[in-house]
Amino acid sequence: MADEESQELSEKQKKEIAKWFLVNSPAGEIQYVAKDIRSILKDENVYKMAVSEAFPLYNKAHLISLEMSNRSGEVLVTSFGELSDNEYLDPRTAQVAMVDHIKQTCINVRHATDEELPSVYIEEFRCALDAEVIKYVGELYPKGVCSVYCVNGKDVEGPGSNFELTVVISAARNSPQNFCNGNWRSIWNIGFKDDVQMIEVRGKIQVGAHYFEEGNVQLDTEHECMDSTIFQLPEDCAIAVANIIRHHETEYMASLEVSYAKLPDTTFKDLRRKLPVTRTLFPWHNTLQISVTRDITKELGIGK
Amino acid sequence: MEAAMGLMRRIHPKQAETALSALLSLLPDHSSDLLSQIDQPLQVLCDMECGKEFLLCEYNRDGDSNRSPWSNKYHPPLEDGLCPSPELRKLEIEANDVFAIYRDQYYEGGISSVYAMEGDHGGFVACFLIKKDGSKTGHGRRGYLQEGAWDAIHVIEVGPEEEGTAHYCLTSTVMLSLTTNTETSGSGTFNLSGSIRRQMNMDLPIEEGHLCNMGRMIEEMESKLRYSLDQVYFGKTKEMVCILRPPSEVVQLRMPDS
Repeated sequence: MADEESQELSEKQKKEIAKWFLVNSPAGEIQYVAKDIRSILKDENVYKMAVSEAFPLYNKAHLISLEMSNRSGEVLVTSFGELSDNEYLDPRTAQVAMVDHIKQTCINVRHATDEELPSVYIEEFRCALDAEVIKYVGELYPKGVCSVYCVNGKDVEGPGSNFELTVVISAARNSPQNFCNGNWRSIWNIGFKDDVQMIEVRGKIQVGAHYFEEGNVQLDTEHECMDSTIFQLPEDCAIAVANIIRHHETEYMASLEVSYAKLPDTTFKDLRRKLPVTRTLFPWHNTLQISVTRDITKELGIGK
Repeated sequence: MEAAMGLMRRIHPKQAETALSALLSLLPDHSSDLLSQIDQPLQVLCDMECGKEFLLCEYNRDGDSNRSPWSNKYHPPLEDGLCPSPELRKLEIEANDVFAIYRDQYYEGGISSVYAMEGDHGGFVACFLIKKDGSKTGHGRRGYLQEGAWDAIHVIEVGPEEEGTAHYCLTSTVMLSLTTNTETSGSGTFNLSGSIRRQMNMDLPIEEGHLCNMGRMIEEMESKLRYSLDQVYFGKTKEMVCILRPPSEVVQLRMPDS
């Protein structure tokens, strides 16, 4: 960051600062942040440089979903489906979407080439898993979008090799008029180990929420977990993996509820009690009582 | 400036310090506005003479030095540093003592400091500060928090006495952050952070003394803020999570065989 206030910042430094604000925007708020940054910078060049670098990073990190320009559904912007700076594969419809990161829209759609798609063997597994995941997401996520990508071994022709699929689930809810935004992102890496006939599942779930009506409060949670199952036919693998995902995400959701439930009386207490141990308000008017309390508390040690 | 304040409401509360220094370097001409309007977690210095820590704010700062409420001296030493009048200093000493007990009763640890300065139009300004580290390695008594911080800044402007009453204007800011581990298998963290600021105005009789009036206002305000943060603010974030993925009981009702 910059040194003294009196020194002029270089363009590069300004750009880096602007980029930091943009990339660290809460879910669904980058456009608002961009507007504010633009008026602070008062320098269109630096602004353009910052947004062109920041938006792609933000979009991929937040797994944003965009309506495809030919109305064939939604495409997720993720590093797993990235074919080039602004081209993103939608495996389900075998299409490639061209994306304007800064406007956060899809400007064009074309068919994917054979090289961009996985082999028939891999596609069987990918497609079966995709079908199960869509069912799951449709059931439990009112605003959820999902996709399954082959991230390793997409050209594997048949049994005898390992490969990896990644399941991405992204749900966002933006309610700026209510000063509240939030998102759920899960990324499940599914490693198909042909050699040991096992499937290793590794999940990472991130949930965030931002409420900012006359204040600024943010929830920021992250969770990682692992599981495994046996390697079977594509349909059976799909059901097993989807069940694993369902189980862990449901468990995680329940743990979030427990964390929230413990807040008012338990967790928060370590920061500030609702009332003193005496269960009465502090006796400001009674300095004698105060010094007595002080002596007592000192002698007994401060109780819980 | 509006844009800067807008950014501060969006950026994660835990990144407030980085955000402020970023804004200061982008808008050097607005530095005094930014510093006075954007709250930051409190910094701590140790008064070696008294062996006690004290908190820093604009009201005990003169140049690059800060005044300790325990010894009334500046750190690093300053000749002719700004000090309250003997009367105010007396109030300050008593306020620090009493507030320390208040702090112990509600916070079971932490650091507090009170500073009083003459006001611009007669009367005075008192600043009550509390900083609590509630993590299990800090003063967290029950070990629930992996990380926990509460910073409270209460600035009370007390008007001159008129017919036995005085006007009190309290502006309070609470900044907090708490992190616990996830309650389930696997690993992860659960973090809630936030900052809110509220104001309270009251006209009170001064027969029980200023300290009593100010103390009661602060106590009421802190309780309101704690409640608000917990129920309203954190509650809204929980609501949002339940909107993103409605809890299983709800779903099971609709699909009994899943």
